[in-house]
Amino acid sequence: MDPAWSTRRGRKSERLARVSRLVRNGRFDTDDALEVLQALIEPGDRVCLEGNNQKQADFLSRMLAEVDPQHVHDVHVLISVIGRPEHIALFERGIASRVDFSYSGPQSLRLAQQVADGRVRIGAIHTYLELFARYFVDLTPDIALVAADEADAYGNLYTGPNTEETPTIAEATAFRDGVVIAQVNRIVDRVRRVDVPGDWIDLVVLADRPYEIEPLFTRDPEQIGDVQVLMAMLVVRGIYERHRVRSLNHGIGFDTAAIELILPTYGERLGLRGEICTHWVLNPHPTLIPAIESGWVRSVHSYGGELGMERYVAARPDVFFIGRDGSMRSNRAFSQTAGLYATDLFIGSTLQIDRDANSSTATLGRIAGFGGAPNLGSDPHGRRHTSSAWLEMTSSDEEIRRGKKIVVQLVETFQESGVPTFVERLDAVELGRVAGLPIAPVMIYGDDVTHVVTEEGVAYLYRARNIDERRAALAAIAGVTPIGLRANGRQTAQLRRDGIVAFPEDLGVRRNEANRTLLAARSVRELVEWSNGLYDPPKRFRSW
Amino acid sequence: MIETLEYRYDAGERVMRRAHVGVVASGNCEVLLEPAQGEHAAIVVRTSVTGYGQTWHAVLGRFFERNPVAVRIEINDFGATPAVVALRLEQALESAR
Repeated sequence: MDPAWSTRRGRKSERLARVSRLVRNGRFDTDDALEVLQALIEPGDRVCLEGNNQKQADFLSRMLAEVDPQHVHDVHVLISVIGRPEHIALFERGIASRVDFSYSGPQSLRLAQQVADGRVRIGAIHTYLELFARYFVDLTPDIALVAADEADAYGNLYTGPNTEETPTIAEATAFRDGVVIAQVNRIVDRVRRVDVPGDWIDLVVLADRPYEIEPLFTRDPEQIGDVQVLMAMLVVRGIYERHRVRSLNHGIGFDTAAIELILPTYGERLGLRGEICTHWVLNPHPTLIPAIESGWVRSVHSYGGELGMERYVAARPDVFFIGRDGSMRSNRAFSQTAGLYATDLFIGSTLQIDRDANSSTATLGRIAGFGGAPNLGSDPHGRRHTSSAWLEMTSSDEEIRRGKKIVVQLVETFQESGVPTFVERLDAVELGRVAGLPIAPVMIYGDDVTHVVTEEGVAYLYRARNIDERRAALAAIAGVTPIGLRANGRQTAQLRRDGIVAFPEDLGVRRNEANRTLLAARSVRELVEWSNGLYDPPKRFRSW
Repeated sequence: MIETLEYRYDAGERVMRRAHVGVVASGNCEVLLEPAQGEHAAIVVRTSVTGYGQTWHAVLGRFFERNPVAVRIEINDFGATPAVVALRLEQALESAR
């Protein structure tokens, strides 16, 4: 091989040579992790840390945060979710100075502070799929730090139900001569299943404790209120039934959990089983159990697993994607692709919506990012296959036409803190300016939003004939927020006649029925009963 | 601290009976409604969250604009959002009609 054409390979050999005395059979000791990272990583390296909102390579990130900044500095961090305190410590200690990421929920405040102090520069806040894509273009990692359940002597990894983005990161790194290091919970003779082949993995280390994982998609039905039930009824009648939505993704939140829980009751009564909500791109939400058990759901593909759902999911192989070993296989990149290209609908919530239906969860002082929503909540212009729901979003009768994904924002007009959801200007605009971002961090662009649902009703924005009508439709369901108070009664009445706005009575939704008794399960305990004891909720969700 | 707010709206439609919906629990409110004789509606709000008089006025104003019913209403609020309040009012009216 001509060295002039294999400089990356040459650098990789040099890196590995520097740690060879600490490595035997592709493994190094837990106690040597700090030394290995310090010897491998060079200033300016792109280091991809597996950290998302579920599984975290937290042993390796804790070790990385302890390296000597004299030797390792100006690292460019690539990470799905800035979720752990030591991720911020990388900037505080001068180890890393650039970051490209998707979401930073729990660390959003501290991240904003680091940016303000000039310790870190944000490249961009990406959608997950966009960030993964760049790993194969201009952000290929030099080093990847990933997490798995098991490794065998060949470096094969088993990731259990939480495969998530491990294969994606490993593939991008391994095939351009980066170094892939895996922390594992157990070393075994033979892995139960090969989730990542051993020849993509350079080094394996036994973690000091099992990787951290959060039950992020578990919503306790006890906390669902009547207003959420009302909004769920509006969605089922006004959107799912009307457009015959078969394939979909739900965001996380009590609003969408309420929809899942009224399918077997309200949806059943409307005769919609088998007609709507048959194919899902969704983590294994415990609140979907009653709908699955009632025969509503044909398939579910997941980004990741959910703590406590392992036995239930494994026992329903007709519905979920299960390996020969009997445990679920997830894959964030494929699931995000599925959510982008192959679903009729995305529905999620937000903290702020402006008059043009742009939305964001970014608020002043917090650089939060958005997770999957901006990818799932956007229309893929390249889609070619049709469905009736997709085609209904356009009214064109020209020879050449295309449909549109249904993108729904589901919000109460006011947040619980009494702050209006509908605002003149998103905080994201000011936040983007302060953080020096070239574009404001908008979560879902208004021109992708087809419907907005509040407790007041449904705005069918895709039917609006011009910008004024669109704004009026949004104002008509914005309640007593400053935007909503601008609604004009005569115009609203006309919008209702034209089918651009619908109030509950227009959809046959009775407010008196909007009651928790409509929920198929009203507690975590009832979810366990629905699962025939197969769902094992984490302790914090057990009240019995 | 409890704030007490009072409102009056012109109203002529009649309702049949009393209604009681909701509970005084965090993020929720209780609405007690009874038929009144005159040509107006009278509302007393007791709320644990102070400083939202304008929002109450807007929520109640919209309700009576849509449903000009002559009633006396007492609302005991424990931090309900406008959505919860509007839903409780509509539910009380549906029960009273």
